[in-house]
Amino acid sequence: MACKPAPDATQHVPGADAARGREAMARVGCGACHDIPGVWPKGRVGPPLTGFAHRSLIAGRLPNRPDILADFVRDAPRLVPGTAMPAMPLTEAEARDVAAALYEAGNG
Amino acid sequence: MGDALAGWPPPVLDPAGPYAGSVTTLAWILFAMGVLVTLVVVAALWIALFGGERLRARVGGTKAIWMAGIAFPVVVLTGLLIYGLTLTGNLTAPLRGDEMRVRVTGEMWWWRVAYLGRDGQTLMLDANELHIPVGQPVVLELETSDVIHSFWVPRLSGKLDMIPGRTNIMRIQADEPGIFGGQCAEYCGGPHALMGFVVVAHAPQDFARLMATRRRPRPAPVGEAAAGARLFETAGCAACHRVAGTSANGMAGPDLSFVGSRRSLGAGILPNNRGTMTGWIGDSQAIKPGNRMPAYPVLNANELRALAAYMDTLR
Repeated sequence: MACKPAPDATQHVPGADAARGREAMARVGCGACHDIPGVWPKGRVGPPLTGFAHRSLIAGRLPNRPDILADFVRDAPRLVPGTAMPAMPLTEAEARDVAAALYEAGNG
Repeated sequence: MGDALAGWPPPVLDPAGPYAGSVTTLAWILFAMGVLVTLVVVAALWIALFGGERLRARVGGTKAIWMAGIAFPVVVLTGLLIYGLTLTGNLTAPLRGDEMRVRVTGEMWWWRVAYLGRDGQTLMLDANELHIPVGQPVVLELETSDVIHSFWVPRLSGKLDMIPGRTNIMRIQADEPGIFGGQCAEYCGGPHALMGFVVVAHAPQDFARLMATRRRPRPAPVGEAAAGARLFETAGCAACHRVAGTSANGMAGPDLSFVGSRRSLGAGILPNNRGTMTGWIGDSQAIKPGNRMPAYPVLNANELRALAAYMDTLR
């Protein structure tokens, strides 16, 4: 699973590291709200992020592109006002790692 | 994982203070003796199976049985018992009486923390996290309000059960500032495995500053947090949770007076930030199935955000 290429070249996140992204997700606790393959726990407040590479939209609003996804996981309220998802304590580099990890995550 | 949860499970045999130190030393000595005795027994077995006739006769002789089978264990085990009791004497030595005291009460599946005064009066309530100054013993009065739990912070001391109707005394001490993970070590039903604990050891002046900050009245929350504070009262959170200095005085669930400053959420299992707080309030049952806080699917995004913002101000 770890070496599976992103199904779409447009979802490649240059310089990002999916393994570091998974660590960052565990460190900030993304699993408290989301079901993400390989991440504990399996929260239900937010949508499951399984098969995220095949999702067309982020939060039902934004095109699913790496740069937008990296911005969104770091500061969701700025891009989608009114969302329950708060800004998360991630650096820009970590957010890109998280985006890479989400694209790499399978269907759990 | 957050800093409080790094290195899970809590490392054993890595003492950070004198009480864990004596337990660790004893553990290594018992382990070494166990290895030695195992080697001798295996050697004797090997001789009995494959040794020459004379050697075999000696291993099976009356003298060998008296010496190695009776005298040796009696001498070694008696010596170990005396040594072990002497070594771990610091765990049971009489108290000086002027130690900092904290009552920790096991609950299904979290820990109630009460900082006590000299006369045993409650000075401050908290939950799931304990702050101590370094370099001095802290006396814990371990109790339970339901089933048997076991308090275990491996780097600071051994394990001690929390038994209904009893108060068990444990000492902990950290020699350096740091964060030390703990875990309930006696199966207590349902999410027992998700019943963690965090001890934070501070330099004495930092500890004094923290306690002084906590005693100061808090400014009223503003903006989103103010909306969260109102919701906390109206949505019924206050029926189970207490927030010092407000009318919220529920005692069924963890005290939230300082929840915003906690390293972890859900009793030592999740990092604590607005995101995890949102997920916990919205549906803690998905995170820690069976815990006694219900899921709140009735709360909308604005309400969840407001509550998380309010929790963040409780420091």
